[in-house]
Amino acid sequence: MPRRTRLRKVVAPPEFKGYKPYGTNRNSKEPIELLYEEYEAIKLSDYDLMNHKEASELMGVSRATFARIYESARRKIAMAFVETKEIRTVYGNTQMDESWFLCNVCHARFTLPKTLKQDICPMCSSDQIESLSKQK
Amino acid sequence: MSNIVITSSGNELTAQFDKRFGRAEWFCVLNSMTKESRFIKNEFTDSNHGAGTKVAELMIELKVDKIISGDFGPKAKELLEEVNIQMVIIQDSTNIKEIVDRIVV
Repeated sequence: MPRRTRLRKVVAPPEFKGYKPYGTNRNSKEPIELLYEEYEAIKLSDYDLMNHKEASELMGVSRATFARIYESARRKIAMAFVETKEIRTVYGNTQMDESWFLCNVCHARFTLPKTLKQDICPMCSSDQIESLSKQK
Repeated sequence: MSNIVITSSGNELTAQFDKRFGRAEWFCVLNSMTKESRFIKNEFTDSNHGAGTKVAELMIELKVDKIISGDFGPKAKELLEEVNIQMVIIQDSTNIKEIVDRIVV
């Protein structure tokens, strides 16, 4: 039996359910299922311009696994373009990571429990913090 | 007053910071008021499963407010979030004393 798939950390899910081609006369084909982690891989490396090492650390997988997720994402998108198929986003092997904040001064990541009154970085007390899930 | 836990690989302030949470070797419990620190051995380092959960329960018993580690597993994170314990992730390879100096001003 193969090892179970480790959950990939995804900071924010895609804000769309899918993409549909238009201007094509053939329709009702099977959609291509793009997993959340694949969307995240494309976002981290091609939008946030991270290298695979940094991106893999953020998603909690090895660099090689990240490269595989990224490659599968690219292939799916290419296939959807060429074969004019619809893309649909599905959950996949994902673990949502919504509660984390990032300090822009010391780069610590942390949570802010509701009981805490002030919104400052616990390491350097700076207020230059941002929510990782709101980062686009 | 608050209790801060730092995951450590040894039982002294010069020890390296341990980036694991459930399977860290030691825990440094720091009192932010008195600046006193004590070290607790992690009994669950070698447990076959559920180390993160057991350690999270231990943290609740110790009335910890903040935990500094390198990463938290999904189960530990969920549990700690529920009881409002702040989790801090740092990736620096450093020793305990440096971290203590950074947070105690």
